[in-house]
Amino acid sequence: MDQRLIGTAAPHVLSSENTNKIMRDVVIAMMPALIGAVYFFGLPALKLTLISVAAAVLTEFLIQKLSKKPVTISDLSAVVTGILLAYNIPSTAPWWLPIIGSVFAIGIAKQAFGGIGQNFINPALAGRAMLLASWPVLMTTWVSPGPDAVSTATPLAILKNPSAGELPSLMDAFLGNIGGCIGETSVILLLIGGIYLIIRKVISWKTPVAYILTVAILTFIFAGGWEPMLYHICSGGLILGAFFMATDYPSTPITGKGKIIFGIGAGILTTVIRLKGGYPEGVSYSILLMNLAAPLIEKFTQPKVFGGVK
Amino acid sequence: MKLASLTFSGGIHPPYRKGMAQSHEIRPCSDPETVTILLRQHIGAPCEPLVKVGDEVKVGQKIGDTEAFVSAPIHSSVSGKVSKIMEVDSPDGTSSNAVVIKSDGLFEISEEVKPKGDIDNLSSKEIIDIVREAGITGQGGASFPTHIKLVPPKDKEVDIVILNGAECEPYLTADHRLMLEKSEDIIYGLKAIMKAVGVNKGYIGIEDNKMDAIDSMREAAKNESNIEIVALETKYPQGDEKRIIDAITKRRVPSGGLPMDVGVVVNNVGTAYAISVAIKTGMPLIERIVTVTGGALEQPSNFMVRIGTPFSSLIEDCGGYKGEVEKLVMGGPMMGMAQFTDSVPVVKGTSGVLALSKAEAALPEQKQCIRCAKCVEVCPVKLEPVLMNQNIMHERFDELEKLNIWSCIECGACSFVCPSKISLVHSFKYAKKELAKRKSN
Repeated sequence: MDQRLIGTAAPHVLSSENTNKIMRDVVIAMMPALIGAVYFFGLPALKLTLISVAAAVLTEFLIQKLSKKPVTISDLSAVVTGILLAYNIPSTAPWWLPIIGSVFAIGIAKQAFGGIGQNFINPALAGRAMLLASWPVLMTTWVSPGPDAVSTATPLAILKNPSAGELPSLMDAFLGNIGGCIGETSVILLLIGGIYLIIRKVISWKTPVAYILTVAILTFIFAGGWEPMLYHICSGGLILGAFFMATDYPSTPITGKGKIIFGIGAGILTTVIRLKGGYPEGVSYSILLMNLAAPLIEKFTQPKVFGGVK
Repeated sequence: MKLASLTFSGGIHPPYRKGMAQSHEIRPCSDPETVTILLRQHIGAPCEPLVKVGDEVKVGQKIGDTEAFVSAPIHSSVSGKVSKIMEVDSPDGTSSNAVVIKSDGLFEISEEVKPKGDIDNLSSKEIIDIVREAGITGQGGASFPTHIKLVPPKDKEVDIVILNGAECEPYLTADHRLMLEKSEDIIYGLKAIMKAVGVNKGYIGIEDNKMDAIDSMREAAKNESNIEIVALETKYPQGDEKRIIDAITKRRVPSGGLPMDVGVVVNNVGTAYAISVAIKTGMPLIERIVTVTGGALEQPSNFMVRIGTPFSSLIEDCGGYKGEVEKLVMGGPMMGMAQFTDSVPVVKGTSGVLALSKAEAALPEQKQCIRCAKCVEVCPVKLEPVLMNQNIMHERFDELEKLNIWSCIECGACSFVCPSKISLVHSFKYAKKELAKRKSN
């Protein structure tokens, strides 16, 4: 052997895991809910989702190009943000609404803080919060699923104010046959995706289980038993939030214990907002608030080192 | 009866790729023309040469020693003439003085080499002296002088000896073959260690991907009521000292402590074999089993190799390189050391020589951390590699001790799982050096 070989620190073999594969799994996991959304709300749901994704990817591309950074749109993380943002707006929204949301999500919440892995809050939820504050009517105009598409209220709004309409059946809420944002209505389809992510080890079961269980226990006690509890679980985007947004890597704690605390905290906040606050729904603000608490949670949940006494 | 295999929490399942070499019986490698025996084979003090250029030496003759505490003598692995004493490349990435001996091809055994009798007639002190004089060091790879481990301080009450046969590093099959072919010698060596340390209970822990080795060791130990063969889950880094103690005894070595703090002494199965040879024949540690394998080799093999044989000679014995070599590694792929050249000699701690192809050991581009926390999940020590690396990148070295960086065993599990391909262990090695430097200033 004549030439000197390359020497690097161990390990010399690496797993085949990469960022792209993880994001691809998240996209796959969100597909059942997208198919459901098209079934329930028609083509506008698909159109808005595609616009949102295109805007998110394009924003990421342009910012990276202009700031002369490596373009990383092929890692699919902007696609994930685009889909999630679309899932958080109603199917009745005008075409430009997801564009503004995606530009804000990617431009401000993600890229301004350093891009992938650096966002301190969930970009899609930041986008949604901004849209909700700016266009509250457009963001809360719901239609019932199906061809008639008459305007309706969400189950949680009806629970809060019974004169708003007639409560749909629990089975409809479980299947997704209710009014709501594009991707949040079908519990069953979101669960399929969520379980897929847990099996693929993309997310930990700890956050969604802690989150949903906390909401279940609290609404059982404070909202009046089984039936209200089940409505609280099956609507208002809890399943979407618990599996797909409270599990965002950068904006949530890295430790197992931290994930459980994050889930419980989000569950408490969601219940408080829903039952005592002005909004009928509380998932997105709860997750955003917990995002801000994540560094603190992380600090207090440092795992005990092997053989440690502390 | 099928008992569940024991294990620890955390860890990874890398591709094992042991199939390339594991079915090949141990065979001697070609006789080396010259051997280069390093005077510094491991941490601790280097040896002083006891021979000079031109001296005739024989197999097993002591050629280097020192009075220092952490040290072990070195012996000639061939008979012939000392041709040079010079500084050479060491496979640990540094350089070391070495005694270069030109073999006469006769392998005449030194008069110093004489059987030492039987364990029953030897005292604990005598066994420890034999181990020291035979230059035996840990055969698992770290190569710490064994006789020191056999003399725990008076205030530590040791009641268990564990032989480590986990061989959790991918690719390597040297311990596996040894347990199949030399099981009785291993038991003999374990009994010698138990007598030397003065304990009654011995375990041999073996990963359950080597059921044939478990069977053969159980067969060899069937009349030994105080020796138990334990199946361990196949999971990296099962063979790490503290992890194997945890799995077998449920005792946890305190952070920063040593196995003897929980009453355990751990040695590699290869070390036990070397001890049995030293007692039975009097031959010091002049040869060892080396797995030479990898996708860039024609014929992977397990060799009995004389210490000081150049890697290149082993590679020739394997039929040479196949295709392009991406990396040459001494040891396993998870913790082994990359080599710049194949001219370096085999040392006492060389458990394997890997010639890895591009497909096996390609260096991917590092991407930005996505904070997926997979590194936190797999860390067997319960550290937070993501935060450690973040602090290192920002040169916040003060934070690192709070994050227990000194407990890091550099097993590589975090680097292995990282989807962004960040070389975390490299970063921690650098930081430890930097911290030590700052402390000494």
